[in-house]
Amino acid sequence: MVAVAREEGVLGTMAKQIEVSDLDAYYGSHKAIEGITMTIEPRSVTAFIGPSGCGKSTFLRTLNRMHEVIPGARVEGKVRLEDQDLYGPDVDPVSVRRTIGMVFQRPNPFPTMSIFDNVAAGLRLNGRVSRSELDGVVETSLKGANLWNEVKDRLNKPGAGLSGGQQQRLCIARAIAVRPEVLLMDEPCSALDPISTLAIEDLIAQLKKDYTIVIVTHNMQQAARVSDRTAFFNLAAQGRPGKLIEMDDTSKIFTNPAEKATEDYITGRFG
Amino acid sequence: MTTPSTATVRTGIRPISVGRRVKDRVVQVLICLAFVLALIPLASVLWMVVKNGMQRFDLEFLTHSMRNIGARDVGGGAYHAIIGTLQQVLLASLIAVPIGLLTAIYLVEYGNGGRLARTIGFFVDVMTGVPSVVSGLFVLAFWILVLGMPFSGFAGALALSILMMPVVVRSAEEMLRLVPRELREASYALGVPKWRTVVKVVLPTAFTGIATGVMLAVARVAGETAPLLLTVFFTDSINNDPFNGPQMGLPLYVFDQAGRPTDAAIDRAWSGALTLILIVMLLNLVARLIGWWRSPARKGS
Amino acid sequence: MTGAESTPEVEPLQYGSAGAPESGSALREPPGELDRGETGGPAMRRAARRRAVGIGGARGDGPFRFAATAAGAVLLAIMAAIGAFLVVKAVPALRANTTNFLTELTWQPNATEPVFGIGALAFGTVLSSFLALVIATPVAVGVALFISHYAPRRLASALGYVVDLLAAVPSVVYGLWGIAFLVPFMLEPSRFLNRYLGWIPLFGGDQVVGRSMLTAALVLAIMILPIIAAISREVFLQVPKAQEEAALALGATRWEMIRMSVLPFGRPGVISAAMLGLGRAMGETIAVALIFPATFTVTFQVLGPNGNSIAANIANGFGEATETGRGALIASGLVLFLITLLVNMGARLVIARRKEYARAAA
Repeated sequence: MVAVAREEGVLGTMAKQIEVSDLDAYYGSHKAIEGITMTIEPRSVTAFIGPSGCGKSTFLRTLNRMHEVIPGARVEGKVRLEDQDLYGPDVDPVSVRRTIGMVFQRPNPFPTMSIFDNVAAGLRLNGRVSRSELDGVVETSLKGANLWNEVKDRLNKPGAGLSGGQQQRLCIARAIAVRPEVLLMDEPCSALDPISTLAIEDLIAQLKKDYTIVIVTHNMQQAARVSDRTAFFNLAAQGRPGKLIEMDDTSKIFTNPAEKATEDYITGRFG
Repeated sequence: MTTPSTATVRTGIRPISVGRRVKDRVVQVLICLAFVLALIPLASVLWMVVKNGMQRFDLEFLTHSMRNIGARDVGGGAYHAIIGTLQQVLLASLIAVPIGLLTAIYLVEYGNGGRLARTIGFFVDVMTGVPSVVSGLFVLAFWILVLGMPFSGFAGALALSILMMPVVVRSAEEMLRLVPRELREASYALGVPKWRTVVKVVLPTAFTGIATGVMLAVARVAGETAPLLLTVFFTDSINNDPFNGPQMGLPLYVFDQAGRPTDAAIDRAWSGALTLILIVMLLNLVARLIGWWRSPARKGS
Repeated sequence: MTGAESTPEVEPLQYGSAGAPESGSALREPPGELDRGETGGPAMRRAARRRAVGIGGARGDGPFRFAATAAGAVLLAIMAAIGAFLVVKAVPALRANTTNFLTELTWQPNATEPVFGIGALAFGTVLSSFLALVIATPVAVGVALFISHYAPRRLASALGYVVDLLAAVPSVVYGLWGIAFLVPFMLEPSRFLNRYLGWIPLFGGDQVVGRSMLTAALVLAIMILPIIAAISREVFLQVPKAQEEAALALGATRWEMIRMSVLPFGRPGVISAAMLGLGRAMGETIAVALIFPATFTVTFQVLGPNGNSIAANIANGFGEATETGRGALIASGLVLFLITLLVNMGARLVIARRKEYARAAA
């Protein structure tokens, strides 16, 4: 962590606030989420919770324009990163995704690439990078993902050979190697064992010093443990669009939520 | 650590470089071009076949043979070849479909991934790669030269059936595997023996899919020339008996006429090609229609 | 589950289908009960037990099972018989041959002193097929990528069908089109190649004609393009969505995503597709029989009036062959059979290593 701490002065400028206003997302003619408005604070962890199908993952994917990758999917509304609209007419989704990184539910390292190449993959997209610079970034990123000590002797081995938890941390290292401003995590621990989950949660706590982090989770304890703010999503019925019910400080949501539905959900009455 | 790369100093959405954008565009154009390039020969072939084929595509062509048509005469037709092709393809299907279907049933229902099943599966794949001329040579060597049988439509059918079998096996196997396990189990639970389950439950469920595969296999062999050349031989006359004496086949007719040096023969070759393409396309269309008719039913289940 | 959460569901299925056949290995399962690829949950095992009872007790299952197994055995027997009977009929002709079959270039098996060899024919077969492969593979991969990743989703399957139509055109029709259209058409481009790229040995030579090795290779390329494109397309469509999204989420453009995720995943599939195409091209008969000038020279100058192949020679030489002549043609067919067998088995082995390709190549 020393390396990351030393860079904080520079990296500190990276975290950005996200403002979402009146956002709808569709799959073809099916409206998956409706009328979402929220502000995501910089250098903090925001957790999205809610029952299956409430659209929290869909919403997360609209934040870096990954939603529209699915055929027939589209978005209406505004997402602002500081003062730039991500869905503005002259904004290239490719550059949005480069600025807002993402970690997926299942670890998805590139199977044919080595550990080193996996982390370097994003950087190499941006043209020629010198080997020494690449070495430096790979080391920083792997250290930032708490993976360096485990893999430093086998950087040239395939990433697919790591354990599930290591693979997920490799994916986080890959995401932070391109120095995004925001890091989106879509249920990053749901495919992992408890020990790996703990390692990832520790990592999230460290990363929030430098990044704006948004995490979708099914696990309410996890939301309570890692997040500063929590947003609760729900849907009126199957097939109806999901909505944001309530968003507040995590401690408030879990102790004294404003909405009845939130309370029912966190006390385990449904979902 | 060293100073971070220049990109980190800038903030906000960082646009990607022009070079990357251009490369993406160039590749997109190249890939679209590849597709257009692939369609040019198809369009050209179809256009020429229709344009040149229409000149002689008349009633006389469809109802007359080449008997008593001299080397330089106009007229004549492909009736004998059409009859031959239909008989040969039908016979080939009668041989290949049962064997192919039973093999698929073995692979799916009885093989259990054992060594025999894997061997058969592998050689079915390899068999799809057997050149058509080799299957013709095999029937020539085995049926005509060793067993002393005459050149005949049936010999051609044997050669075609060898080409059909692997295609039938593969498509039928794929369809049988799609039949849900629950359906079989429901039948077993009623005490129905396995073979009756296969015949009464599995095959009817997969029927349309298998039919599609068979039609595509038929369409594939209907256009084969080389095996016929070596087994059916040539004739200019109508021979309605596929088991005796040389027959004609439509592809063979096209090959034969295309090799003759007169314009009248070349015209006949084009008309033969048009007839052949119409038959093959019709078979393909029927296959697709069966498949299309099936798909909503499968979604509903 | 509504559509909202359905995307991640797609890819575990694919992992499942990739892993299942191995886990259902024959060694672990009692014979005669479980279907291949099934891994037994409790419900499965119950069903299997019932099935086992059914097999023992049911009349009619024995004969049916026997018929199914026999049909499979017939297929194996046919493959063996093809080799055996070709050998049987080739040997007498090879005995009568007065020269070395493998190295001789001429083909006069009908003479009283038969002289024939596979040399020139095998050379022509290999050269024309490789040229066809070199021409067809890049275009086919482009077509496959177009259908799998560029074309609008609604159109994709229809466009795929249009490409498949290329494969539905009978070989003899390509031959006819070749001599009537392509041979005269190719004259000018061939002259152009000869004039400006003549320093490359392939395009060198003093004589340039339309009926050349290059024209035949072009027709072969058109004929093998659909099979390479179809298999590549299936393989590209099976790239796990998670891999593609990993690249996209890093800020990759579409082409960069294809280079990072699609091509590495699809490479073995494309290689075996190309090998299958090579096998097709080698065995292709009638189209090239009509186009090749049927000479027996060995030259790399693909624009000149040279070219022949084993298959074309069989089609052209069969009509006037004597008994020894037929035997000689059968011997050449045996060589062709063995070459294509090797190429195809190689391709199948590459595919077999990746189970998820198995269906694509059927």
